[in-house]
Amino acid sequence: MNRAALLVLADGRFPAGGHAHSGGAEPAVAAGRIRDAESLENFCRGRLHTAGLVAAALAAAAAAGHDPLALDRAADARTPVAALRDTARKLGRQMMRAARATWPSAELDALATARPRGAHQPVVLGVAARSAGLEPLDAAYAAVYETVSGPATATVRLLSLDPFDATTVLARLVPELDRVAETATATARRVAEEGIDVLPAASAPLLDISAQQHATRPARLFAS
Amino acid sequence: MSPTTAPAPPIGRNTAAMGVRATARVTAAARAGATVLPVLDGDGPFEFRRLRSRGTEARVCVVGAMSAPLGGDRLRIEATARQGASLHITSAAATLALRGPTAAHATYDVHLTVAEHAELRWLPKPLISAAGSNLRQTWTIDLAPTARLVLREEQVLGRMGEPPGHVATRLTVRRGGHVLLDQEADYGPGAPGWDTPAVLGHHRTTGQILLVDPDFDENPREPQVLTESPEDGQAVLTPLAGPATLITALAPDGLRLRHILNAAYSTSADGSNRARK
Repeated sequence: MNRAALLVLADGRFPAGGHAHSGGAEPAVAAGRIRDAESLENFCRGRLHTAGLVAAALAAAAAAGHDPLALDRAADARTPVAALRDTARKLGRQMMRAARATWPSAELDALATARPRGAHQPVVLGVAARSAGLEPLDAAYAAVYETVSGPATATVRLLSLDPFDATTVLARLVPELDRVAETATATARRVAEEGIDVLPAASAPLLDISAQQHATRPARLFAS
Repeated sequence: MSPTTAPAPPIGRNTAAMGVRATARVTAAARAGATVLPVLDGDGPFEFRRLRSRGTEARVCVVGAMSAPLGGDRLRIEATARQGASLHITSAAATLALRGPTAAHATYDVHLTVAEHAELRWLPKPLISAAGSNLRQTWTIDLAPTARLVLREEQVLGRMGEPPGHVATRLTVRRGGHVLLDQEADYGPGAPGWDTPAVLGHHRTTGQILLVDPDFDENPREPQVLTESPEDGQAVLTPLAGPATLITALAPDGLRLRHILNAAYSTSADGSNRARK
């Protein structure tokens, strides 16, 4: 147990490139689907229970030591949109660089060698958590928090939303963050018996569609 | 299966206490340059009607024999295209999920198996999730490496002017034993976050067309934004991580959804003659 490492890993200043991504908030702001703190909270809630749940379960399973390449294929099958697969692999590559510098391990090296263009970010996050001596539940927490903190931080910039309001949104989501992290970890625990197909595959059509739309926009503040 | 205009009282049911348990099966086989149907067994709410063949393709229409699914029902359709066969399945009317005598959920499981060099086209009319209904639907699809698939699914959340029922789905597509696509959806009362700006927003119809064709290995489709207007709906076409293309659409109503998907399908078929065959 090495819990303080979770603060390092989940810190927005951990140099894994997350600041350049809005988690779908930029196209949602552009389309008027996020306009204030309340719609930001709803957006984050929807992302948490779909993409967040899937990412947390993948991260927890990777942190538990399940085959990261099999998990990477499971992530592909759960990410139908090409733009989101590209984003997940770019973020995975950046997370890999930061993690190998911070908590070097043979498992990180092996995954980096097998996926030179980057593995899906939640899988890298899980292996990084494992290398840092963290538990699967910790990896799930890092994943769910990032799922909502990314859009919240981006919306402060995109809408000039009051940072106090954005932080209040995150605080209001805390009970659901707890629940999703625990559900994801409980499901990841079943992988040993039931195989990787047991992992959740929750989809979000608006996130999918707007990610592909956003990828083709020439003028954008965030990469995704 | 039930016509959307069906009256609310269930037809063809003996008692209201227990749901219907039914498994309908269809198997297509290639014989002498055509496709024959050695198995065509309707059951419960599913009756099969043979339509006129088109080229080498056998065509079957699922006709609703009673109102289903209602809460408590356990429904299953198994369709198999054996080696070299070509099977096209459609439905006569939309599937209307209604609340049953109890608030218990219904299940509706579709199992599709497509062997080497076979093709299956699963193109039913939409599922309508009526207020108070509670349905869990799955599609479990096993494809041989040279198999081809066209699958359309459309969901209409609530009839005109009513709130939706609860519908949870899982679509799992395996190709040569590997999972090509795994996708869950959970919409309606009790589903966390479903009507948020990240999931469906204000849209109450959603649908997709999945095309799997080994030709996409050589010629994958480029991602494409098909429509993006809040009034008419939104759709994108994207290659999966494998020889497959997925069209995802959201629209204000079922008519506009179908329009978007039809337009997208004709676009996507241009790049793949075999998927259009």
